[in-house]
Amino acid sequence: MVNTSVMLCGIKLDNPVIPASGTFGFGYEFADFYDINVLGSIALKGTTKNARFGNPTPRIAECRDGLINSIGLQNPGIDKVISEELPKLKNVFNKKAIANVGGFSIAEYVEVAEKFDNEDQIGILELNVSCPNVHGGGLSFGTDPKNVCEVTKAVKAVVKKPVFVKLTPNVTDIKAIARAAADGGADGLSLINTLLGMRIDLKTKKPVIANKSGGFSGRAVKPVALKLIYDVYEAVKLPIIGIGGISSAEDVIEFMLAGATAVQVGAENLVNPYACKEIIENLPSVMEKYKICKLKNIIGEAHNG
Amino acid sequence: MYKKNIYTVVSNKNITANIYEMILSGDTQYIVKPGQFINIAVEGFYLRRPLSVCFKTENAFTVIYKVVGGGTEKMSMMSSGVKLDVLTGLGNGFDTSLSGNKPLLIGGGAGVPPMYYLAETLIREGRKVTVIEGFNSKNEIFYENEFKSLGAEVIITTVDGSYGVKGFVTDAFIEDYSYFYTCGPEPMLKAVYDKTATSGQFSFEERMGCGFGACMGCTCKTKYGNKRICKDGPVLLKEEIVW
Repeated sequence: MVNTSVMLCGIKLDNPVIPASGTFGFGYEFADFYDINVLGSIALKGTTKNARFGNPTPRIAECRDGLINSIGLQNPGIDKVISEELPKLKNVFNKKAIANVGGFSIAEYVEVAEKFDNEDQIGILELNVSCPNVHGGGLSFGTDPKNVCEVTKAVKAVVKKPVFVKLTPNVTDIKAIARAAADGGADGLSLINTLLGMRIDLKTKKPVIANKSGGFSGRAVKPVALKLIYDVYEAVKLPIIGIGGISSAEDVIEFMLAGATAVQVGAENLVNPYACKEIIENLPSVMEKYKICKLKNIIGEAHNG
Repeated sequence: MYKKNIYTVVSNKNITANIYEMILSGDTQYIVKPGQFINIAVEGFYLRRPLSVCFKTENAFTVIYKVVGGGTEKMSMMSSGVKLDVLTGLGNGFDTSLSGNKPLLIGGGAGVPPMYYLAETLIREGRKVTVIEGFNSKNEIFYENEFKSLGAEVIITTVDGSYGVKGFVTDAFIEDYSYFYTCGPEPMLKAVYDKTATSGQFSFEERMGCGFGACMGCTCKTKYGNKRICKDGPVLLKEEIVW
């Protein structure tokens, strides 16, 4: 009997599979289709201080083995998330969720993080300093080590729960950003967020996405994500949630070998609503195939020797 | 409530211009209302293809689609026996309880198919249905006789006047109708909105990521807040629409 559990900052996950923020809403809608308690955890939709409609449509463009999205952090705002969304999740999910915190200023990140920190349902805070689809927010924070350090430090000063910083791949040196988050006191890192991308419609001769470009994700980005996780694992001694194009139990193992303690499945949820459940169900047999008894023992194994 | 299942292509034929009719067999219990849609995975394409349900029986359903890109082109070449991964039962669908006795159904081009399942349902519920089908030209017309066979009054419009009433669907409006339902290109929907005297329901289209409410890709603003076309729609009431 194989063991799929992992420890993430003192929280035991039955398995390392977590739906990624922005691909699973606030979780409860998926409970109509399967028991979502099989999940390791759930990363909730990115939440900001105020309600946001997000960007104009079209905000989705299909690509080979992936898609570009430009949602722009549509969410009902932190107060409604706490009063309306979390109670709905609580009815169907008895584990701790990961709150994804968005913002446009350090003060906003702090305010939203502090409110989530008071919620028992939340196990980890994930600071989204890497959303490519909001101007003056997200990405600009995530590309500057100084900002990443400051926002992490400011949030850490007011919260008790572990803080993960979600990193963008759209930088020259992700290791410098990772170190800045570590210097700010981060408890872990989530990577990668989406890559900047664009599609152009040959008929209209204009970008498909109303905002012209967006964030590219899906199976195609997997090698990019693996390499960056591998690099960050060597640069900082913080647990990593690996994200980027995961679509199978084999992919989960590959990410853990690169250095991930847990993983998030993103775009795959959008093409197969049962993706996380199927990956979790397949994990034991794939572990047996590769003679892995305890999943937690393979974290970073690709770095040995 | 939606469900993912494997369906088998029973038939797939070109019915006019670049319009195809595909019949798929399998579990149809999650398709509960006209106006709902299904989402087909096409091998080699990352996202699914959302298509409205044109008709359903206990063990098969029909979709009619226009070849507009690589995915639908690949679909058009599928022969009977091909197995497809399909999500069924998506979207809110039309509410037929508001129709009154003489509903008017207005479909434009690739927006005609959901009107067929709707007409069939309304007629079964004892309503007197009139359908206006709008096309650009005679060679694009489909389902005129199929609607007539259901017992609907059918009016065809063509922009170039090559068949039926010359002009747009709004040039062929009847005087006496209790309510309306419409699906088609957005300029047509807007024209119908301005022309209609009664309340009614509009089926919208938007580029979707998932088709089941997870990604927020297809959100629109309404008078009652943000709605996802795929999950809270695709059908919106006239009263809530913000253009």
